[in-house]
Amino acid sequence: MSRFVLTRRSTLAAMGSAAALGLMGRQSRAAGEIKVLNWQGYGTDEKWALEMFEKQTGIKVVHDYFNSEQEMLTKLRTSPGAYDVVLINNIYVMDAANEGLIQPIDTAKVANFADLAPSMRDSDRFVKEGKHYAVAWVWGLTSFAYNTEKVSERPDSMMALWDSKFAGKVGMRDDALEAIQIAALATGQDMNNPADMGKVKEALLALKPQIATFWSSEDEWNKHIAAGDYDIAVYWSGSAARSKKAMNLPVEFVVPKEGAIGWFDGLTVAAGAPNPDGALAFINFMVDPTFYVPWDTNVGAPASANGKANAALPEDAMNRTVLGDPEVVKRVQWMAPLSDEQKQANQELWDEVKTSFVQ
Amino acid sequence: MNKQSRQAWTIFGLTAPAYFWLTITVLLPLTAMLYFSFLTATPIGGKEASFTLKHYIGFFEKHIYRYNAWRSIQLGLFVTSICLMLAYPAALGLAKVIKGRWREAIFLLIILPFWSNALVRTFSWTMVLREPFDILYTYPAIVIGLVHAYLPYAILTIYVSLQSIDDSLIEASRSLGATRWQAFYRIMLPLSMPGVLAGIFLIFVPVIGSFMEPRILGGKQAIMLGPIIESQFTALNNWPLGAALSFIMLAIVLIILGISTPLIKPYLEKSS
Repeated sequence: MSRFVLTRRSTLAAMGSAAALGLMGRQSRAAGEIKVLNWQGYGTDEKWALEMFEKQTGIKVVHDYFNSEQEMLTKLRTSPGAYDVVLINNIYVMDAANEGLIQPIDTAKVANFADLAPSMRDSDRFVKEGKHYAVAWVWGLTSFAYNTEKVSERPDSMMALWDSKFAGKVGMRDDALEAIQIAALATGQDMNNPADMGKVKEALLALKPQIATFWSSEDEWNKHIAAGDYDIAVYWSGSAARSKKAMNLPVEFVVPKEGAIGWFDGLTVAAGAPNPDGALAFINFMVDPTFYVPWDTNVGAPASANGKANAALPEDAMNRTVLGDPEVVKRVQWMAPLSDEQKQANQELWDEVKTSFVQ
Repeated sequence: MNKQSRQAWTIFGLTAPAYFWLTITVLLPLTAMLYFSFLTATPIGGKEASFTLKHYIGFFEKHIYRYNAWRSIQLGLFVTSICLMLAYPAALGLAKVIKGRWREAIFLLIILPFWSNALVRTFSWTMVLREPFDILYTYPAIVIGLVHAYLPYAILTIYVSLQSIDDSLIEASRSLGATRWQAFYRIMLPLSMPGVLAGIFLIFVPVIGSFMEPRILGGKQAIMLGPIIESQFTALNNWPLGAALSFIMLAIVLIILGISTPLIKPYLEKSS
């Protein structure tokens, strides 16, 4: 570790003297290295993009990954000063800010900031006391996708998951919150605060004959569809686009009439980040159409928070046709933060449901 | 320094590093976990925590925890018995029938799986169980994965105790008129009991706390105490409940061992 500190310090010193001599342009002031903390395979670590970014700014990007939000928070707590850019789901941003794990963002240094959708950009999940703690990056929906080779008629209701013609062919993620929110939407309730938890539980218990098995990763979901285990399965919009495009699977994502679960992610700058300017340059690049359009077109991505980036997509792109439809966006219920007590109650309810599945 | 005290110092010098290591790596974290299990919240990230017994009481009040503890114990019994049934003949053959180079080769084959990562082995099972057998994401899939993971422990412990049995004891019993079956049942089996018991303890305890194999191979069948404890730690950040459930599991194991000790004791004494 001390070796890294030394190199970083000497790089900084070298940079300082170079700047004093007026040898370096404005762009390379942020040069050096940044460390990004994110889920693996989630945009920021696309190799072609990092090469493009390094060419533009001279900044080298290295990655570290987490497998759960809790792990991400733990990493920030235990290694302050190790990370520059951290991806945080909107509902965790204020937790991280209140704990002092991330720093306020100098929005003037993010050129694309003005183009971001205000509903996400200025959401109270990101702004505290007039200061932005995250830059809205991408958003997406959770509802379900179906196998177009097995299901001829496009289901338009969440109740399709309960339809007996898909008995034993339904996929779901082993996740308490997602399961409860799907059931709340299906029973016509506010998914963030269901008035009747009894109805939610009843609906989940009724899934017993429906569910083939749980999936836990995108890769598993793809395998289940390819193997014919699932006809219809709860899924994420961005992942559905990837399954269709990158994996060539016959799947179509549905935003049912009852609505869908909406989420958005922000990019943040860690407290004590060694290279905050480099971090902001990278964040700006991440919401820029020059990165987003090839990301969605060649790889498959969630929708960008930058309206201009979405509008630059090809006309048949799902993020333009489905998620770009204002009628669809109206049906979305945005995920709200949960208290620890609610999380615990949700987990217990879900564990009870899963226990009933094996009894 | 007399001879006796020098010997005592030697023993101390030889064993102290190991005990010191165990104290730091096992006892300290376990004590911290025991402490956490009595707290209202995980005391990291500046959260307030106070003393409570609710996690322990919750176990007895809520059906899901009791039922899934039973599922875990059932799985432990299942896997341990299958391991013993497969391991005993294998160990017997290895200790008493196969000799020389073949024995080394077969021994190597038994130990070989230990050289690869357990997670990789479990994932490789997903392919085999899906394609020819079509039992992936079922209860038998979990059992197969766990038997595969723990079978070598049983073979090794039983092998060691069988190998230490003097063959002349068997010959003597045969010359005194015992049938092959009697020689096995009256001489060999009781004398190998310490190995069998060591195998049971080595397998039963980790199996009832296992979460990786159920998660990866079990699908809908994965729900049992191990995965529930894991989700308290990883998904909910509720270390206190996770810790309390772990210690309840430990208590159940100790009780089971406590009850079974009087039943086992005669075997252990006979063999010593």
